[in-house]
Amino acid sequence: MSRNAEVRFADLAKRYESPDGDEVLALADVDLSIASGEFVAVVGASGCGKSTLLRILAGFEEASEGEVSVGGVPVRGPGPDRGVVFQDYGLFPWLTVAENVGYGPRRRGAKRADARALATRFLETVGLTRFADRYPGQLSGGMQQRVAIARVLANDPSVLLMDEPFGALDALTRSELQVELRRIHRETQTTVLFVTHSIEEAVFLADRVVVMTGGAAHGVPGHISRVVPVDLAGARDVTSAEFNEIKREIADLVHAPRETV
Amino acid sequence: MTDAETATTTAPAETADAAPATPGAVPPPTTTKPGRRSRRGGRLQAVLLAFPVPIVFVLVWQLGVVYEWVLPFGIQMGFLPYPLEVAQTLLGYAIPAFGDDAFAGKLWPDLGASVLRVLSGFLLASVLGIVLGVIMGRSYVVNSLFDPFINLFRPIPATAWVPLVALIIGVGDQSTIFLITLSAFFPIVLGAASGARQVPPRLLEASRMLGAGRLQQLAGVVVPAAAPAIVNGLRVGLGLAWVVLVLGETVGVDTGLGATITMARNIVRTDLIVAGMICIGLAGFLSDRLLSLVFRLAFRGRPLVK
Repeated sequence: MSRNAEVRFADLAKRYESPDGDEVLALADVDLSIASGEFVAVVGASGCGKSTLLRILAGFEEASEGEVSVGGVPVRGPGPDRGVVFQDYGLFPWLTVAENVGYGPRRRGAKRADARALATRFLETVGLTRFADRYPGQLSGGMQQRVAIARVLANDPSVLLMDEPFGALDALTRSELQVELRRIHRETQTTVLFVTHSIEEAVFLADRVVVMTGGAAHGVPGHISRVVPVDLAGARDVTSAEFNEIKREIADLVHAPRETV
Repeated sequence: MTDAETATTTAPAETADAAPATPGAVPPPTTTKPGRRSRRGGRLQAVLLAFPVPIVFVLVWQLGVVYEWVLPFGIQMGFLPYPLEVAQTLLGYAIPAFGDDAFAGKLWPDLGASVLRVLSGFLLASVLGIVLGVIMGRSYVVNSLFDPFINLFRPIPATAWVPLVALIIGVGDQSTIFLITLSAFFPIVLGAASGARQVPPRLLEASRMLGAGRLQQLAGVVVPAAAPAIVNGLRVGLGLAWVVLVLGETVGVDTGLGATITMARNIVRTDLIVAGMICIGLAGFLSDRLLSLVFRLAFRGRPLVK
């Protein structure tokens, strides 16, 4: 993929107003660049602002300070160049699987037959062609999440944003989808920002793991504490010593502030 | 999931796709079939259970008239016609050959005129109510503008409007349709507003990140997601339309189910009044069923948001 899909967060901060009128700094000093085609995972405890970071890049929320850009273009609201995969799938229950996948192309002017062809192609990518005419409610959670992935891929996004996408799935389905996602990333070379609270999942999938700490509950705004490169070749073995060394390093970073506070 | 069992950690998707698809495809049909069958059995039972109460009702009615019971509220059963008399009147009202009075065969023109009035008022109320309601449900400003105003007008019953309407519109078709539109509008607009307000935010986010514009989102996500609430509002509105119909047809019109009931009262024909009541009840019931059917056809069995 030749297009420039570099993601840049520059001096990002996010402030909320709490119910009793106080300002709460949820995120501060976030500086991060994700190279075109890179797979970056974000890990951190609940409330560290990792989902907020993703939602700002998605355009669902606005940054209070700083800027987010994709390929040099500042983010202004949600758009089909940044496909989002939600933990709860977010599929349209009244549309069939194929119609869900064809939804994006249709909205952007594709003819019904073309959208259907695209849907078939991306359902093939996730192995669900046989279920094209089912409704999402008839599928298991893992299958629904595959449909959601096919749905954003059909839009040919520059960046894939995944917000704890496998968090609601059972362990077997989860590891199976992780393997599939690695393959899809290899094939599409799409830039991926993947938010998770599973350190193992992050190390298994990503080129770099962003560790976030802090958060309103800790009295410090959520911020990036370290970016850990995952220098593991090709097929990753979750039982290998190198893999577990990186896991341990990240785990220490994630849990450190909680023990000192 | 069956997929998981066949998939290995080393050999990912290609084998996992092909193998489990067949066993994975089997469960849904087998789980839905017995459910459907038992539901059908339940429906037969429901149909059978629907009969005893009306039969007892008609028997008690017959006995009450024969023995001239006086019931609470001062209901003098002796003034009622026999059920059989009502049946005969109904037959004559529907089929000219069985009727021997001025009302023989008048059911059909009456029904036609009444349906036309209900339909005009109801359709007008539906268009206004759904459009305004959906916008109210999605816009804080529009909702704040209209909600207090609507809730101020809503408690005024149609009966209270009648004297004013008689003076500013007069009597006849226009005033009847106006009263129907007015009464049906409120449940429809409130149903649409609450449905549009409760669209899962996730679906709105999904449609926006997939590239849907505001209007596409309204038509493609908000309306289908709000459809159950909209239909509930429509059903209440349609029921009210039939209620108000009789009110509007009381004066100034010659043709219509309500008009015939009023005439029957003026010439003291309780049998014809009851026959007219039955016809309005049936018409209201059937129109409600028709509305549900239209809704089901429009969505062709698509599952909706719970």
